[in-house]
Amino acid sequence: MDPNTDNSNIEPTKYFLSKKMDGMFIEVYEIYKFILRFFKEVFLPPYEFKEIIHQCYEVGYKSLPLISLTGFITGVVFTDQSRPSLANFGATSWIPSLISIAIVRALAPLVTALIAAGKVGSNMGAELGSMKVTEQIDAMEVSATNPFKYLVVTRILATTFMIPLLVMYTAFVALMGGYLSVHSHEQTSFAMFFSQVFESLSFLDLFSTSFKSTVFGFTIGVVGCYCGYNSTKGTEGVGKAANSAVVAAMFLIFVEEIVIVAIVNAFR
Amino acid sequence: MIKEQKVIDKNNPVISIRGLQKAFGSLHILRGVDLDVYRGENLVVLGRSGTGKSVLIKIISGLLLPDQGIVNVLGKEVAELRNKELMDLRLKVGFSFQNSALYDSMTVRENLEFPLVRNSRNLKRSQINDEVESVLDAVGLLQTIEQMPSELSGGQRKRIGIARTLILRPEIMLYDEPTAGLDPITCIEINNLINEVQEKYKTTAIIITHDLTCAKETGDRIAMLLDGQFAIQGTFDEVFASQDARVQSFYNYNFTK
Repeated sequence: MDPNTDNSNIEPTKYFLSKKMDGMFIEVYEIYKFILRFFKEVFLPPYEFKEIIHQCYEVGYKSLPLISLTGFITGVVFTDQSRPSLANFGATSWIPSLISIAIVRALAPLVTALIAAGKVGSNMGAELGSMKVTEQIDAMEVSATNPFKYLVVTRILATTFMIPLLVMYTAFVALMGGYLSVHSHEQTSFAMFFSQVFESLSFLDLFSTSFKSTVFGFTIGVVGCYCGYNSTKGTEGVGKAANSAVVAAMFLIFVEEIVIVAIVNAFR
Repeated sequence: MIKEQKVIDKNNPVISIRGLQKAFGSLHILRGVDLDVYRGENLVVLGRSGTGKSVLIKIISGLLLPDQGIVNVLGKEVAELRNKELMDLRLKVGFSFQNSALYDSMTVRENLEFPLVRNSRNLKRSQINDEVESVLDAVGLLQTIEQMPSELSGGQRKRIGIARTLILRPEIMLYDEPTAGLDPITCIEINNLINEVQEKYKTTAIIITHDLTCAKETGDRIAMLLDGQFAIQGTFDEVFASQDARVQSFYNYNFTK
């Protein structure tokens, strides 16, 4: 246990509101301290470049098969589902514009973030949780290594860097899926499809998607690491850490999506 | 292995604890602990489970903060140290965990390299290999160098845990229940290893245990933790010559069960 996070004596004997409510506020405060510590440590040497690259590989490269499959299916299914409605108005020529806006603005960031929350977030929660309960984090600390920097900072940076890249990749794969569907029904050429796609997108769309993806990546990293790093109660705690990492990250991703869309729409 | 009688400089404590108190919520574990550990000695801390033995060494290594009292290690008050100073102190204080705490995603070689590479960044590959092989040889497990921790027995894991600690050449070794969960033969091997480490690396050690055989084999001095304080200290024979009923029941339970 890090002395900075030695909270063994803050368990109150009397509660201000109720045990649950007090616990919730204490948890929010702990998360705030955790994020603050991340920003404090991220700029201080030593910089763990090797471990950051390793984590980027774990988060990014190892997610590619799942992201590819999900992105492609999303593109195909969304296009196929949109076609009948647009066909009723004779507007199938608008399909490329529709799917580009839907995929770039909403589907690619959301699908990627939710998949990453499930795969990467749970992995981080379980891995760090297991290290915590088997005293591996303490072992790192007593061998004069800062475990927060080595384990937490590197993982949060990796998700923050890699999720935006994965979102771009998902958008591309989903658009390819959409193109194949459009091409098979309307015989639209590749050049025509993508010229319509890019005409429909504005700088604000690309900027908001990049910003949103970065926020999602940061959230997945922070939540996964927080749940794992603070897990207790043995193997049961490891399961709980993995579970909480996924549930909390998914919930926060939806909340952030609503807030960011509202802000971006105010500028549109 | 027969322990040699050592000359211990009692004017030079490397660990000095005064009035140490620690509680978890309403549970008071340590209630004013006073202790001196002298350079070159093996001090065994005996006590029942839950009496705060492990808490004591976690406070010494800075993993936990004391509620009250002074913990001075190698001339520095642990609770007052800044992060960098604490890291520097930790290079001199090795900690062998009860469950070994080996990094289970790394091989034995990587486990041993980890603290070395991170704390001596200018070492050449050949120097790192030599160091790793040297400490593995010291614990008699050179043949396991490429194995994963999951492929090792409990005794081997303990030895690798000790080797990982030794690779930083600490002045003080803290052993948390070194023989817990091991068969009697392996316990003897670990006891011998603790003595060998002390002789070869000239370390000062605190050995936390409730195993009286381990205490007798490894300890130059025994301190018995009872009700949150060190009630009795002395050699093994002195401690168990005590008429204190709590000491006698501890002794009788261990040697008559």
